[in-house]
Amino acid sequence: MLTIGLEHYLVVGAVFFCAGLFTMMTKRNAIGILIGVELVLNSANINLVAFDRYLGPGRLDGQIVALFVIVLAAAEAALAVGICINLYKNLSTVDVDRANTLRG
Amino acid sequence: MPLAALIALGAMAMPAMASGVASDVTSAESPGGIIEPIIFYIVAAVAVISAIGVCVTQNIVRMTVWLFGALGSAALLYFLLAANFIAAIQLIVYAGGTLVLLVFGVMLTSKSPWVRYDTPKLEMAGAAVVCLALVVTLCLLLIRATWAGTVSVVPGAAVADIGRKLITVYLVPFEIAGVLLMIVMVAAAHLARQEK
Repeated sequence: MLTIGLEHYLVVGAVFFCAGLFTMMTKRNAIGILIGVELVLNSANINLVAFDRYLGPGRLDGQIVALFVIVLAAAEAALAVGICINLYKNLSTVDVDRANTLRG
Repeated sequence: MPLAALIALGAMAMPAMASGVASDVTSAESPGGIIEPIIFYIVAAVAVISAIGVCVTQNIVRMTVWLFGALGSAALLYFLLAANFIAAIQLIVYAGGTLVLLVFGVMLTSKSPWVRYDTPKLEMAGAAVVCLALVVTLCLLLIRATWAGTVSVVPGAAVADIGRKLITVYLVPFEIAGVLLMIVMVAAAHLARQEK
């Protein structure tokens, strides 16, 4: 219990993942769904860095992949916020249930 | 070891990071160290509470504040994992950039920040059951798992090693990420432009 091992970090990552999943499943606000995606990406990052530390120490592969994940998350957030602002301009709301104009 | 862990927490200062002072922070097998587990449990508790706070609150502004706690404590976890560079990037890019972007998104997309988008109770219950089952299963699996590979104690790598590897082994993904960032910048400017 007093020795912090790989599984401790993985459990934190699992909690982050499930919290993000729940956020994505239940929120109606498009920005809220985006926040859930950020949580899930962070759980992936925690797992990557923890595996890098404990299973491949010194190889740095996990840390570099985590860097790429951070880059992708920033890019994704920028684009998604742009889309949300456009959605708000067109519908005056960011409720994802009301963005159904394309539905047949 | 405990002293090194404390240094790691204070390693926001660039000189400490660059010289790799706090590089051998987390020894995986240091039964003597009592400070490091305590710090880990505090940081992990803050992280878990923040993550749960994000998903239970219905207010979008409170969600961003909880997300800030989650991202910050994730950065502290990276410090504990001797990944100083990733922790600094997490604080700069995530907490400093992405989160501010989300706050701007919240402010630009609501007449009042207190507007609510209610979710049906049945849907909330279903999602809660699925996510709780998933987190319990994952935790049980992870705790019982035995990992191949040795848990060895090596000094953490310096920032220079990451840079060197980034422009040798990972050169192609690095360039692709650069092109992607440029495309995203143009696309975001295009999406957010004012209609004439």
